[in-house]
Amino acid sequence: MLVLERNSMTEEIEHLVEKYGKDRSSLMPILQDIQRKHKYISDFAQQEIARVLDIHPVEVYSVISFYAFLNTKPKGRNIVRLCQTITCDMHGKDEVAKAIERELGIKFGNTTKDNKFTLEYANCLGMCDQGPAMIINERVFYKLTPEKAVEILNGIK
Amino acid sequence: MEKTNRKGEVLFSRYSRGEAIQKAISANREDVLFELRESKLKGRGGAGFPTASKWTMVAAANSPQKYIICNADEGEPGTFKDRVLLLEYPELVFDGMVIAGYVLGATKGIVYLRGEYEYMLKSLEDYLAEMKKDNLLGKDILGKKGFEFEIEIRLGSGAYVCGEETALIESLEGNRGEARNRPPYPVNTGFMGYPTVVNNVETLASVPHIVTKGGGWFAKHGTDKSTGSKLFSVSGDCEKSGVYELPWGTKISELLELVGAKNTKAVQVGGASGTCIPKSQFERTLAYEDAATGGSIMIFDESRDMLHVLKNFMEFFVEESCGQCTPCRIGNTKLLEGVEMIEKGEFTFGYINQLKDLGKTMQIASKCGLGQSSPNSFISILENFRDEIFSGRSCSNNGKGGKHGK
Repeated sequence: MLVLERNSMTEEIEHLVEKYGKDRSSLMPILQDIQRKHKYISDFAQQEIARVLDIHPVEVYSVISFYAFLNTKPKGRNIVRLCQTITCDMHGKDEVAKAIERELGIKFGNTTKDNKFTLEYANCLGMCDQGPAMIINERVFYKLTPEKAVEILNGIK
Repeated sequence: MEKTNRKGEVLFSRYSRGEAIQKAISANREDVLFELRESKLKGRGGAGFPTASKWTMVAAANSPQKYIICNADEGEPGTFKDRVLLLEYPELVFDGMVIAGYVLGATKGIVYLRGEYEYMLKSLEDYLAEMKKDNLLGKDILGKKGFEFEIEIRLGSGAYVCGEETALIESLEGNRGEARNRPPYPVNTGFMGYPTVVNNVETLASVPHIVTKGGGWFAKHGTDKSTGSKLFSVSGDCEKSGVYELPWGTKISELLELVGAKNTKAVQVGGASGTCIPKSQFERTLAYEDAATGGSIMIFDESRDMLHVLKNFMEFFVEESCGQCTPCRIGNTKLLEGVEMIEKGEFTFGYINQLKDLGKTMQIASKCGLGQSSPNSFISILENFRDEIFSGRSCSNNGKGGKHGK
């Protein structure tokens, strides 16, 4: 990490702490904001959050490692989460998954070379009546067919 | 998502924003609690704890701060009623929270919205801003001197276990979402150590109707022990999946007919942590005293392979177990291994029976509801569909399911 990047990360974290309060209970919103913007929470960011909140960095890491939507390793600019739970599975999740994998040339669990997409499975997204469903970043897409899913991905910058 | 005109006798009956708040603040707290007790409203998340008892305990507590938390961490597979309530009926949920604030003497409400529902955040926050403008939130609400209440929305980050109330509180406090030992219960030692009520979205959404129309009116719906109505999230093999409001005590067969389910083999009541009910028991009723559910109804027709269904559930629990207690962490892994053995045809009945016993141990020994309920589907599917599963059919089609070509 460049010094400049470090400084800007520190500034960002200090700004978030100001926004949510210098309290342990602010940890989740702070982590979520960093995750949303950078798609991961770097070692440096973890240390800075710990420093500003006055807790041990291990505490920050332990929280990140618990939650499926927080991660410490870089991911693609767009995170695609396809629901793998039973009703989406029954309504053709596998076909949708295969079409996406073919189109992007990577398997689920991986990131495309251009860093544009990371493919992941998620547990029940609460769209069981309109499956198969997926979430890309914060947006939800439902009633997917293989063709529709690929079209949606192609429409993303 | 399309908004539909929904029909229902209780929750989806007519209501306009603020109506119940107005009525509640012009009455005594005790009067509101009395109506709530009369209604016999029970928690809609699945556990079915009487709401009035929770509220009474926190209302009676002597504490400088109290909290009301709306549990919108709807993670149970097959449940999506809270999505519909929050998107289409936010007035019910938020008014319910304001009334809770008044009755409990809490000044702060928190909605714990699951991370998967982040797409709702903007519209919900806009809605809260409108409520504030109309003086339904903030200071001196609707002119009631000294009544102050704020609602904040906090997001989860993709952990099913955070639907358990103490895990949810841990998450809000900035920790790993691991369930606490109980007692003490959140009504005594909750968020930040203060008395806290944690209610399901649907429970809170019932409150405004009880306040405006009376506890007696509410109790007239449903059965003796399960009053009012319930939102059922229906999915799977049927023509009209979606959310239905039906009175408690509705038979499974009636529901199946309503949603256009044909050739139904099994109904999973209560989500992955619920029980799987075979055809021979479709005359059972949906109620706390019979087939209890937080609302999830998943329908499987004749073409489905029940072992494949079970495997999907067990994979879910292995991923979602938080790992802090051994019965749940190791138990679910062992149950999944058992399912895989059956799939490959490499099992002994002796070992499968041992696993069922292990399931019963997990039900007793696990720390929170996740591990206590995750063996339900393992036990009920292997019991109720043993002919299908152990006849070898599931091995011949490689453990994949049915006409839909998997």
